[in-house]
Parts: sequence; C-alpha cells; structure tokens
Amino acid sequence: MNHTVIIGLEVHVQLQTKSKIFCGCSADFNPDHPNVQTCPVCLGLPGALPVMNREAFELGVKTALALNCEISSYTKWDRKHYYYPDLPKGFQISQFDLPFSEDGFLEIETNPETGERRRIGIIRAHLEEDAGKNLHDDAGRSDSQVDLNRAGTPLLEIVSQPDMRTAAEATKYLQELRLLLTYLGVSDCNMQEGSLRCDANVNLHIHQDDGHKVPTPIVEVKNLNSFRNVEIALEYEVQRQLEAFKATGIKFGDKGGHKTTRGFDAGTGKTTPQREKEDSADYRYFPDPDLLPVTVTEDYISSVREALPEFPADRRKRFVAAYQLSDYDVQVIVDQGRGFGDYFEEVAKLCGDGKQACNWVTQDILRELKERKLEFSEFPISAPVLGDLLGRITKKKLTTKSAREIFMDLLDGNGASTARIDEIIAAKGLAIVEDTGAIEKVIATVIDKNAKAVADFKAGKQAAVGALIGQVMREVKGADPQKVREMLIAALSQR
Amino acid sequence: MPADELTRDDVLKVAQLARLSLTDAEVGAYQAKLAQMLDYIQILHEVNTDDVEPMAHAVEVQNVFRRDETLPSLTPVEALANAPKTDGRYFLVPQILDH
Repeated sequence: MNHTVIIGLEVHVQLQTKSKIFCGCSADFNPDHPNVQTCPVCLGLPGALPVMNREAFELGVKTALALNCEISSYTKWDRKHYYYPDLPKGFQISQFDLPFSEDGFLEIETNPETGERRRIGIIRAHLEEDAGKNLHDDAGRSDSQVDLNRAGTPLLEIVSQPDMRTAAEATKYLQELRLLLTYLGVSDCNMQEGSLRCDANVNLHIHQDDGHKVPTPIVEVKNLNSFRNVEIALEYEVQRQLEAFKATGIKFGDKGGHKTTRGFDAGTGKTTPQREKEDSADYRYFPDPDLLPVTVTEDYISSVREALPEFPADRRKRFVAAYQLSDYDVQVIVDQGRGFGDYFEEVAKLCGDGKQACNWVTQDILRELKERKLEFSEFPISAPVLGDLLGRITKKKLTTKSAREIFMDLLDGNGASTARIDEIIAAKGLAIVEDTGAIEKVIATVIDKNAKAVADFKAGKQAAVGALIGQVMREVKGADPQKVREMLIAALSQR
Repeated sequence: MPADELTRDDVLKVAQLARLSLTDAEVGAYQAKLAQMLDYIQILHEVNTDDVEPMAHAVEVQNVFRRDETLPSLTPVEALANAPKTDGRYFLVPQILDH
C-alpha cells in the first residue's frame, strides 16, 4: 500500500533563566530536594501576582528569530485549564491566540549522500510555564508524590508544520533544533533532565488507485525523551497505523477515527493508547487578567537580532570556505556544539593549517574524550596550547609523530601549557634536528654496521632503506624522517 | 450558542471539566442560570462593534517585567502547610492511575 508519512513535532524546551517565569523562585533542576523552590505565585495561592521574567521573554525572542519567525508586535498570556496534580492552579499560563512569534522555518539536511536540504516550517513558538512533577508508586498501592520545584519554570513550545516524511527526518529536525538552541545558549537541552521534550503528531496519507489520498487517524505520540526513542517510536507508529488501516479501513474523521494520544514505552519499543485528548475548546482558554500584554518594537527586535551568535548552518558554510574542509569534516565539528567549533577555529588560526587542526580535533580529541569518558568542557588541553603544538609542526620544528607523543603526555594530568611542551621536547629530545652534519655522522655509522642492508639496496631492494631509517631515527630523535630518507638514499647511492 | 439550546448534557460537560459533581436538581438549576448568562451575551452581541478595535486585555498598562533574579522561596514546611496530605517532603495525592 503506497503511502506518505506525515509527521509534525511539538518541542518543549526549558529556557535557561536563573528564576522562574513569573516569580523569583530558582529555576534550577533539583529533584533531590523536593518542594524547596516554591512560593505563593508558583503554588497558586490566593492573592499571588505573577510578573513576567524579562530574560525568559528575551530568550524566547532570540530563539524565534533564529527560527526565522515573525515576532508579533502585541502578545498576551492566557490560562489553559485542566486538572492534574502537578498543576497547582488548575490552569497553566500559556499563550493561545496571540503567541509572541509565528511562521518560521528550520533548514535540515534530508539526504546525507547528496547534502540535500529542506525547510521544515515552524507554525509558532510561544512561552508558557512548566508543571511540577508527579512521582508514581509503580506498584500502584500508595499515594502519588508531587514535587512543585519545576512548576513555573519557563518553557518555550515550538510547533513545527507537519513537514517531515520519515522518522529519520524527524530525528534530524530535533537534532538540528537542539544544536541551534545550544548555540544560542537559550537552553542546555538536556533530554535526561527533561529540558528538551518532544511529542510527535503522526499519520499517513494512503494513496488510492484513483490518485486521491486517504488520511489515517492522527496520533499524538508522547514521552519521546531521547533521539533514539523518537526514531523507534515513529517507525513503530507508522507501521501500526498502516496495519490498522489495512485491517479496518478507518480514516481520519470517521467514527473511531478521531485524534488520539499514545505513549511510547522505551522498554517494549511500542506505543500504547493514553487518555483521550480534550478538545482545544475544553481547555477553556481566556486571557490571564494578572499578566499584562507585551508590545514589541522594531528597535527591540533589531537589538536582539544584532546580539545573536553565528548559527550552526552559517558556521558550516563559513568553515568549509575559510579552512578548505570537506562538508563531512565541518558537520562533525559543528555538530559537537558551539564551544567545540570555537576551539577548532582558535587552533586553526594559531597553527595556520585548518586541515591539520580539523584532523586533530575530530580524531585525536574526540577519541580521547570517548576513551576517558570526558565532556568536551573538561578536556585539559586548551586551544592556545594545542594551537602552539600544531604550529610547531607547521613550522617544521616538530614531526607529527613527536607532536602526538607530546599530546598524550599533556593529557597525563601534570598540566598542559606551552611551557610544558618545551619541557617535554627538551626532556625527550624531540626537536627536529636541523644539524645535517649530526645526521650525516649517524648515517655513516649505521651504513657501516649494516652491510647486508646496503647490499640489498644495491641489488634494488628499496625496502631495505626503511630498516635503516628506523635505526637513524633512534639515534637522532626529532630528525625529520623525510629528510633522513633523502639523505640515506643519497649516502647509499654513493657507496 | 442560543440559550434555549443549552442542554442538560452541556451542563454536565461543563461540570465535568470543572470536576464538579451535581445532583439532578442542581443540573436543572444551573441549566437555567447558564441560559440566563448566554441570553445576556446574546444582548451584547447586538451592539455594533464595526469600528471598535478588538481588546485582548482589560488593563491599559503593558510591558511590565521583573528582572531575572532569584528571591528566597518558602521552606518545604511552609509550602506543604496547607496540603491535605504530605509525607513531609512531597504533596501526596491519591494514586494517579492514568499516567
């Protein structure tokens, strides 16, 4: 059965503010100390007055601009009513008909082979408060516990158009969005801690023989708390809807074909039905009378826009052009995050060789981080130090092999500075020996000691040189192997 | 919705959304009261608003922000003081079956 997959994502991202969105309680993630970050405002006590956090609003505008959205000149807050124990007021302060931003897009790579890119539309981004956290007794025997530390922390909800056609595309969109948000510094996007949460709306358009398309009932899949889960859940859901349609023929809008909610179970890899979603009108939205509307001027938008950092997509293009790197290499560097890209660029500029800087950061550094289970922020060699080390290769003062040895020594916990590089070079005699006289002497001794190798060379066995180079290199550490090879061949040819 | 079309089911739905359980007599009473309110809205609808700008908020003031600074929170003891049930650390609610 030919079909097109239709996927749209709703992403909730926690904005990195110090305090909550409408009160001065700390917005830190603090699950170990429940109910220590609450006040009358976020507990919903009578008489409390919420006031908008300027920073939360600005982080929202930053993100919306980076997502190419229009910023509304007039925006307001609304109450969305539903009852759940993690929602103390009985309503969530959100934005309904006048969100602060609408109608943007995010470009993603849809085909890694061809580098083909496509724009995924953004319907809107709006600000709202987070709910608290319910802790359920899995055995279902005792009460549920409610921690309201998180209640009232600022959330940005980003709603995409249903523009994604595969589970892989949805994952790609989420990864690119996460990268952009971390570049902007608006969120840490830690999926384990729930700072980035994703729900997916998915259905299929089944192609009929007469050319028209029949939609299957739309399903909202919840609890997609890792990139891997997004892909597994969506692949499962697509297959499930296809089989359900084959078995029942029920299409969207039919009796039994309305929109439903399903939860993803990471344990089984399946989606299972959840409570029926209330109709939009059932949330009984109305303007929050306690919060005042916000008007935004062109000057304000310009000032936020000017302060935006370089976006990942722009950085990729610039790195390819400025450092003559492949698309693949640039992808690896930029996808590691803003700090990693900054580091690469500093090293590249200091050593004067972009390709070499790229090789070291993408191979040596990524390998060591993985082996040592370190975050990039914990990596002990700073960009100026690595730049200095690689600069010595560019200036032919060190061989690449010696630089690797020094690199490993710098990671041994005894400090990583340019002074330490000098010490290691001195202690191990790694400086390239430019004194050709010294090298010639050693070559003469080695040749005298290796009559057989000399005879082999004379008989045309070029490979014999290799063994001799090794012997010379052991005697004069830091000699340039290419140079030693040339000098050896010259010396051998004269015998 | 014209007031004469407000059914008992509509009243029960609104009550369910507000988690109110109503007796049969109350449903009847609220049906009449809600119908009165809808009648009143009907009257408002008769006003010509062609040249009136839509109003999203009743207060003229705009752009009131606070700085992103933390203030002392309540202690857990204070926060939990009005809770019907706690274990000293969390609010306790009857087990949530549907999660």
